[in-house]
Amino acid sequence: MIALSDVSVGFDGARALRDVTLSVARGERLGIVGESGSGKSMLGLAMMGMVPDAARIAGEIVLDGTAMSGAPERVWRRARARKVAMIFQEPMAALNPLQRLGETVMEPLLVHQGLGRSAARARTLELFDEVGIPDPEARLRQYPHEISGGQRQRVLIALSLTCDPALLIADEPTTALDAHVALRIIELLVRLADKRRMALVFISHDLAAVARATERIAVMYGGEIVEGGPTPAVLAAPRHPYTRGLLGARPGIGGQTPGRDADGRRKRLPTIPGSVPPLSLLPAGCRFAGRCAVELSHCAAVRPEPYRLPDGRFAACHLLGAGT
Amino acid sequence: MGYFLLRRTVGFLATVLTITMVVFAVMNILPGDPALTILGIDASEQALAALRAQLGLNDPVLVRYAAWIGDALTGDFGTSHSYRVPVSELVLERMPLTLSLAIGGMVATVLLALVLGIGAAANHRKSGDWGVMFLSQIGIAVPSFWAAMLLVLLFAVHLQWLPPGGFPGWSDPVAAVRALILPVAALTIVQAAVLARVTRSSALEVMRLDYVRTARAMGYPRQRILWRHVLPNALVPIVTIVGLQFASLITGTIVIENVFYLPGLGRLVFQAIANRDLPLVQALVTLFAVIVVTVNFLVDVIYVMIDPRLKARA
Repeated sequence: MIALSDVSVGFDGARALRDVTLSVARGERLGIVGESGSGKSMLGLAMMGMVPDAARIAGEIVLDGTAMSGAPERVWRRARARKVAMIFQEPMAALNPLQRLGETVMEPLLVHQGLGRSAARARTLELFDEVGIPDPEARLRQYPHEISGGQRQRVLIALSLTCDPALLIADEPTTALDAHVALRIIELLVRLADKRRMALVFISHDLAAVARATERIAVMYGGEIVEGGPTPAVLAAPRHPYTRGLLGARPGIGGQTPGRDADGRRKRLPTIPGSVPPLSLLPAGCRFAGRCAVELSHCAAVRPEPYRLPDGRFAACHLLGAGT
Repeated sequence: MGYFLLRRTVGFLATVLTITMVVFAVMNILPGDPALTILGIDASEQALAALRAQLGLNDPVLVRYAAWIGDALTGDFGTSHSYRVPVSELVLERMPLTLSLAIGGMVATVLLALVLGIGAAANHRKSGDWGVMFLSQIGIAVPSFWAAMLLVLLFAVHLQWLPPGGFPGWSDPVAAVRALILPVAALTIVQAAVLARVTRSSALEVMRLDYVRTARAMGYPRQRILWRHVLPNALVPIVTIVGLQFASLITGTIVIENVFYLPGLGRLVFQAIANRDLPLVQALVTLFAVIVVTVNFLVDVIYVMIDPRLKARA
């Protein structure tokens, strides 16, 4: 559905994305995980042709069989909503506060689909129903500030579905929501992707959410994909030291409690030392060098190639090349 | 909404009442004897005393205020000393011209400022933006009376496209409108410059918000995003400034009507003050104040109409 090869996004001197290659097929659900600043949101925007004006973008993007690299804004604009749609993190802020929810969801139907008002209204009711909004008739006349965060995110999902996109990008769609509401939204996205045979790119820092939502996963660090493969396999046995660190830094998942050490004292939650350095200060070689627990002498200088592993997995780490 | 309107209406009436008191008090504190002004400095002391008694100037201030307010409520604002006709007649005769100027100036200001301001915001940090910022800086720096004179020099004296001043009356609408173009333009230049800047910065602020990104992600045309999503959300500060500008437009007409020799309220109030024509000055200042308060009242109502979130709080 969408294929990126060697896509880089640069601001003067700093690169927010470096040689990102990935593809998502119809009906496939891909997770993108990483810390803030890892470039995952920039990757989402690049797939929408919405990188900031100041950024330079290089590499190939093929969307639904059409090469979009270097395409002007007006070509991207025609692709948005109809081929690729996106939902965002803050459902309150992402809805126009002055528009009734009905007007918001009817707008693309009127503007892009050429529907009349009554047809657009009927279609909006269907979409509200499809995304699980109760009492859709009453919702049409309400404003964003009158409904809950979970309902707002459902309205945004309905909006993103108006023009039947083949690819839906969800950038941290559950981060601003309560845990149980977040779970419902994930279930909804999975159901929609399966039912509509729609590709889903699920961007999150929340590994549990990504584990639930996706079949394949790409782990990002410093603007690069450092590890990828089937979600269960990668999360069960991560090969890249960064992915291991990320998994280790989670509080107990799936009923585990933070362990106790031999003396029965609670173990501190392990963390990855340091924080993601500013883009301009990332090492030229492996971007994780400097924070890595098992760093080799040449890691900071030499860039590791993605090392292919069985089951379609890969990881970009010198340790794998060394046969460790 | 009903409660909101009731509360605002009570506030409106209280403000108008206070204004009449202030105007009346100021007019009575100001030096100058109306009787002396009317009869001239050669008048005898008996004649002056007789006239003061006839005008009620010897009564206590509160009695005179009550009499003035009572009459005003029935539409009787007294008789102008200098024109010797009822004040209400004078005001009604001159009002259409001034209101045309003020409303024409406001409409032109809003249209020009929205187009320039939104255009500048849409071309942020590009040549269009710099151009609008440069022009508006000049517009703000130029006083309206000087802009008026330059406009007369260029369009009336040099190009001879429009009359330099005067007003032919409403019987010939085309001539009337032609006579108003330059005065309206002079009033508009400064106001539009200020409002364009407010529009630009308000729009720029809104354009960074998430729902504008949502609109872009939905592939809407640029102009639709600007006018349907950005502008309505940028409107609250713009409406605030428009309300304030209407007040300065009304006072601006005093200067502009004098530059262009237009027989409107602005020129009338200028002459009334010069002639110590107390009933006329009182009535005009009160009228100007009421217009300004009315506009502020409308602005508050418009806020609630723009933003549904305010309705809950209103």
